[in-house]
Amino acid sequence: MSSKVAEIFDSMEYGPAPEDAKPAKEWIKARDGKFVSFINGKFVTPDAKDKPEWFPAENPATGEKLGQVYQSTQKDVDAAVKAARKAQEEWAALSGFERAKFLYAISRLVQKHARLFAVLETLDNGKPIRETRDIDVPLVARHFYHHAGWAQLIEKEMPGYEPYGVAGQIIPWNFPLLMLAWKVAPALATGNTVVLKPAEQTNMTAQLFAEICIEAGLPKGVVNIITGDGKVGAMIVKHDGIDKLAFTGSTDIGRLIRKESAGSGKGLTLELGGKSPFIVFEDADQDSAVEGLVDAIWFNQGEVCCGGSRLLVQESIYESFIEKVKRRMDTLRLGDPMDKAIDMGAVVDSTQLKRIDGLVKAAAKAGADVYQTAGCPTKGCFYPPTLITNVGTADEIMQVEVFGPVLSAISFRHQSEAIEIANNTRFGLAASVWSENINMALEMAPRLKAGVVWINSTNQFDAGVGFGGYRESGYGREGGREGLYSYMRPSVDALMEVSAPAKRNVQKGTAENVQSIDRTAKNYIGGKQKRPDGNYSMPVVSPAGKLVGEVGEGNRKDIRDAVEAATAASGGWANTTGHARAQIMYYIAENLGARADEFAKRLQEMTGATPAAAKKEVQMSLERLFTYAAWADKYDGAVHTPPMRGVALAMNEAMGVMGIVCPDDQPLLSFISLMAPAMAMGNASVIVPSTLYPLAATDFYQVLETSDVPGGVVNIVTGDRETLTKTLAEHDGVDALWYFGSVEGSKFVEEASVTNLKQIWVNNGKSRDWTKNDQAEGREFLRRSTQVKNIWIPYGETSGGGGGY
Amino acid sequence: MGVEPLPIKPVANDATANRNNHKMMRNPGMPLDLSRVEDIRMNFSALERRTSSISGRRSVKKDYQAAWLLKALSCIDLTTLSGDDTPGRVQRLCAKAKNPVREDILQALGFDRPLHTGAVCVYHDMVETAVRSLEGTDIPVAAVSTGFPHGLSPMPQKIAEIKASVAAGAKEIDIVITRHHVLRGEWHALYDEVKAYREACGDSRIKTILATGELATMRNVAKASMVCMMAGADFIKTSTGKETTNANLNVSMVMVRMIRAYHEMTGQMVGYKPAGGISKAKDALVYQALMKDELGREWLEPEWFRFGASSLLGDIERQLEHHVTGHYSSGNRHPIG
Repeated sequence: MSSKVAEIFDSMEYGPAPEDAKPAKEWIKARDGKFVSFINGKFVTPDAKDKPEWFPAENPATGEKLGQVYQSTQKDVDAAVKAARKAQEEWAALSGFERAKFLYAISRLVQKHARLFAVLETLDNGKPIRETRDIDVPLVARHFYHHAGWAQLIEKEMPGYEPYGVAGQIIPWNFPLLMLAWKVAPALATGNTVVLKPAEQTNMTAQLFAEICIEAGLPKGVVNIITGDGKVGAMIVKHDGIDKLAFTGSTDIGRLIRKESAGSGKGLTLELGGKSPFIVFEDADQDSAVEGLVDAIWFNQGEVCCGGSRLLVQESIYESFIEKVKRRMDTLRLGDPMDKAIDMGAVVDSTQLKRIDGLVKAAAKAGADVYQTAGCPTKGCFYPPTLITNVGTADEIMQVEVFGPVLSAISFRHQSEAIEIANNTRFGLAASVWSENINMALEMAPRLKAGVVWINSTNQFDAGVGFGGYRESGYGREGGREGLYSYMRPSVDALMEVSAPAKRNVQKGTAENVQSIDRTAKNYIGGKQKRPDGNYSMPVVSPAGKLVGEVGEGNRKDIRDAVEAATAASGGWANTTGHARAQIMYYIAENLGARADEFAKRLQEMTGATPAAAKKEVQMSLERLFTYAAWADKYDGAVHTPPMRGVALAMNEAMGVMGIVCPDDQPLLSFISLMAPAMAMGNASVIVPSTLYPLAATDFYQVLETSDVPGGVVNIVTGDRETLTKTLAEHDGVDALWYFGSVEGSKFVEEASVTNLKQIWVNNGKSRDWTKNDQAEGREFLRRSTQVKNIWIPYGETSGGGGGY
Repeated sequence: MGVEPLPIKPVANDATANRNNHKMMRNPGMPLDLSRVEDIRMNFSALERRTSSISGRRSVKKDYQAAWLLKALSCIDLTTLSGDDTPGRVQRLCAKAKNPVREDILQALGFDRPLHTGAVCVYHDMVETAVRSLEGTDIPVAAVSTGFPHGLSPMPQKIAEIKASVAAGAKEIDIVITRHHVLRGEWHALYDEVKAYREACGDSRIKTILATGELATMRNVAKASMVCMMAGADFIKTSTGKETTNANLNVSMVMVRMIRAYHEMTGQMVGYKPAGGISKAKDALVYQALMKDELGREWLEPEWFRFGASSLLGDIERQLEHHVTGHYSSGNRHPIG
């Protein structure tokens, strides 16, 4: 009889290559298998008297119970927020160097305990040990190193910004430790303290992280970790003591959080779902593209928000490429995630498994072809690599986020169609483009609606490169300089106060007949003056009670028309060069300057401003136009240098269609101060000018008309602010909305924005002095007019020149 | 692009079925199809990303590792290519090729299969000695040829050199291609050259050495691989061992992908031989995983896979002894070749 070795010599099978889970299990045992909240530097010990609730922690690959997780209470959340608040002032007051030292210590400790972190993560989440060991944990260490650097530099590099205070952070189960790092590192670097809730399914590495915080000597209360389910998450979201919320997870929960936190004044960033396109052109290195797919959708069991789940292949190579994909799928090894030679482990729990299976079965029932590899373990939460073909863009499987190892493929004819299909989604997180034609690949990047674009690569992450989505994939960035803004706000914000809403002036006496021919301003839509749909007009009355004119009273249909005009104009305007946009804006200033006296007179008449104040307002408006004309070709992005041979271009892209609701204060200057940055950055906007004093804006039509502004770039609808705001806030075609009005209006806008998760900037009823440059112009306005797209461009043709970690 | 890819049949337990199928072991080649060659794309960064994860993705432990190392050993072209080679040195090498591992180790492993290296690889001058030394075994003698290592001798001499080695009993001929045909994109010239070599080889199998370290880009490596296979190469081989850069995972991935493409196109298997720079048992395992995952089980047999190496055997022996005894071994405990 042959020995085992001889038999293997014939079969040449891969055998088991198990990672030893013993140290991790001993670690768990030493903690009695109990995972609890970490508050003010201590792990809580729930009192039996309080009848604490616990829920089980399970290994999804085996079903083995690993321990139990404490369901935190409101009392715990209160204590954590209180501790964070107490610690924050001192933490922020530390020198950058002091904070850097703590972050550096954390990164060193992550490396020191790297294998324990990796094994715990695999036990808890089901992802392969290879990934936790080679990807998750090294990225975590890198994130803390990088942000130790930011802590050191931030004071000098980001003047005029300050930390929010206490950050409430809620993270998902797909990359438990990595998402913790993405949340905690920038928050701490910028001087915030945190209350973080890990996902209920995955708590272990957060627990070990808390221990590391103790080991690093981090001051008590700087990091607080709260265990529990969604109910505990809701407590954090609703908590008055929290200044900033950061959430990574599903788009549905992201919407809830947006709604729940509306009007609270809390900062909010959301990293949500995706249905990212993976686009393969006929001139791609196809074998490498197939490997890219492995990294895109069969990485982390496809439980990746930015996973390339929609495969778009050029029709000329579609069949042969699909065959290549299937061949590769057959060599993927699925099984015990603790095995070092496994490509795919278990999905996180049975709920997720059922959801994936349900979606695939539904697709099959709807007529799709489903290809799955054989040999999927039947015990544990395993789902095989799956390829779905014979589907259309309308099919559910092409639209919804599966969050599993399921790839849906479709063909396209040419580049334009690839872009059209790629962008045909509510999401906009990431995209991957495969072509050896540099012209086309680089042209694809700006045309894809996604926060991250990978050229000839996929799922690349780095602490120095911002990550985050467009559209319903959320807002805010994590990583890089752009990510720091998610945890800071302009220092001047704190100086602004809520002012009583201006009241409509009451007309005294009857209207004297106006000097000359009657002039009722219409709306300005698509470069033309348009009578308001409802055919109503409203009076403009000065504070002294004098009727100074009439404007159209716009309604929702006028907003609809204006958004349509803006949408039509937005692509062209965004593609107009910064230089050309600057020329037009200088021209606007020139034409406004020529009529400065007239505008000043109007302001005096309308707002009761003194002649000097009115003159100053016009002068400052000219200045502001110059400011943004200057910026039009200067608000450059960045070239990030992640640890690879290549670059990541951070491009500041226009939001697209912006709604702008202006305040009543300084009605010409505020209008210009808001219109100009949006315009300079390439947005088409729909502007609702001051309700009380709209004539400054309506007079401006003629300035726009004589300044070569393309029709639709600026659209103005007059009328009742709150009525018009509602339509704008709910409109799915509006990408961003700035609202400068009341407290209630701000809350309403935030709530209503959930329809398409448009990016919101509200004043929470606070007024700013539009004549003060530090409040009324500058980078913050440009930042709010743009979103950062990071384009990863690996390069290299010969093996020289190295790279890598 | 209109050609339907041929399905690769999964290889079950009869992996050695083709071992004695001489016809299958010879690649008849095909007419030079330039469009196929020009269509080849290789994205170096993406390629590196794949190769950098192979060693992390695959791990072979314990009995499996021992078995895989024995298999790797059976794929070694035990090589001596030095100016100071003598018949005595070659005889010693051949003796090692016949009995590559100490008997007690094999017994401890319970290994009852015949075991020898894949071939012995020498200069023409030593072919006769090697053939005589290996008489009675089925270990082939491979001869490096065609003006090895630079390949710049006159064509008639190169053809004559092949014929002389074949006449002396070499069953495998490792030729070197003319690198400037690749660097200048002269695919017809490369094709004609290799075809002529193949004809001169008669019944001996031809391995074409690309000298990848001198081909500048991965695209060149890929295109040269494809042209050589079209011209009838039975093996494609990375290096002479004399270039500054020899075999590595990147060029291996490129060449192996080309073998797969050629197989999809023609149904014909072609072998792969990385040479130079592979001296550790651990590295051999990574190459084996690459072959298995990219090409399939069948390509792990010496008919389709060889290591051009001299010191790899010694490390494998040490690892095998370690497996048997549980403690680390040293070189002096194993007979040298």
